[in-house]
Amino acid sequence: MDQNVDITMKVNGQSVSRRIPARTNLVDFVRYDMELTGSHVGCEHGVCGACTIRVNGDIVRGCLMLAAQAEGAEVETIEGLTDTGEIADLQKAFHERNAVQCGFCTPGMLLTAQELLQKHASPSREEIREFISGNYCRCTGYQAIVDAIERVAEERRG
Amino acid sequence: MKPAPFAYVRAETLDQVFDLLDEYGDDARILAGGQSLMATLNMRLSAPEVLIDINSIPGLSDISADVDTLHIGALARHSDVLESDLVRKHAPLVAKAMPHVAHQAIRNRGTFGGSVAFADPAAELPAVTRALGARFVLQGRDGKRTVAADDFFQGLFETDLKENEILVGTEIPAIKNGERTAFLELARRHGDYAIVGIAVQGRLEDNSFADMSLGFFGAGDQPILAKTAMTALNGQPNNDDTIKKAQDALDADLDPMPDLNGPAEMKMHLARVLTKRALAELAA
Repeated sequence: MDQNVDITMKVNGQSVSRRIPARTNLVDFVRYDMELTGSHVGCEHGVCGACTIRVNGDIVRGCLMLAAQAEGAEVETIEGLTDTGEIADLQKAFHERNAVQCGFCTPGMLLTAQELLQKHASPSREEIREFISGNYCRCTGYQAIVDAIERVAEERRG
Repeated sequence: MKPAPFAYVRAETLDQVFDLLDEYGDDARILAGGQSLMATLNMRLSAPEVLIDINSIPGLSDISADVDTLHIGALARHSDVLESDLVRKHAPLVAKAMPHVAHQAIRNRGTFGGSVAFADPAAELPAVTRALGARFVLQGRDGKRTVAADDFFQGLFETDLKENEILVGTEIPAIKNGERTAFLELARRHGDYAIVGIAVQGRLEDNSFADMSLGFFGAGDQPILAKTAMTALNGQPNNDDTIKKAQDALDADLDPMPDLNGPAEMKMHLARVLTKRALAELAA
């Protein structure tokens, strides 16, 4: 049987069609085929959250989904969310609160934070911690990240 | 790591799935949410020739309820189950367990049926379905059959599913008046696999335990229904003596495996602690 597949999807609003090996996971597809390297590859078994990507509006593990499964889907990466300005306030808050050190976890952390704030306008610190528990950060100790997300939640509530 | 090469088929019908299962047998794997399968492929613990993606087969993701049963389609995502009012109303034990099932990005893909069919002894949902006396609907080319959770789980990642069958749904008896629930687990990080966990449903009649059902995960080579402990509780007054007897009875029910989290004795201790806490939560 053929080990390649033809796929068509939208990546950050742009329609793309490619023929790729079926085993290509979504994060490798956006990194190597789309040259969008903001999504990172960490553990490759769903533990670290560095590869977080948005598919049809929901965050997923880019290493636990095949690119072939995104057929017809709207895929959004950190580059797309940056360009549209959707998470500009989160990015500013992460910067100002020093919630970034090496930056490896940051794209995934930002996408996860955005999904939290879309679901809950007023999360408690405990709820923030619980929601980002699937995204490892080995630099900051999380305190600053929780601070930044909490601040943006307050700002968005106005 | 990257998976070994495989072919990929996006199945549109169950018949297509059965054709491929007949043709490839053990060399084919069914891809539902993929949140366990993809990890094992990436680590090359598994290297199938063909992945059969069932996500495009219509009618497998509905959550519905009739008079006394909650139906959860095999492809219902964890996030859909978590947010379902029907689940909260008819199976509050499932609703209590869902926030502990992995993390949001995984819940957005992972499926109820996939978790059950994978039968990980450390996962929440297999143990919850045992505690609730759920039934699983398995479909083959010749039709459907229904298997009780008690008979479905048979060992480490082993179930009653035959080579050419697929799990299409779960039927959970709706909670009845007076039934109470409690769910607790210990994990190093919220959303990770539990070191050990417990799912309880039962009643208190005149402060005595009745119809108690205790499901354990991370406590053996399969999800466990703690029948000896349940017998120790049923008909007995809710007091320290009864709870101590139930805790002691766990020696006969559980057989945890030592792992990176600690030795088997430690898990037995934690199971006894969780049992006491869960029974207190149930009675509260």
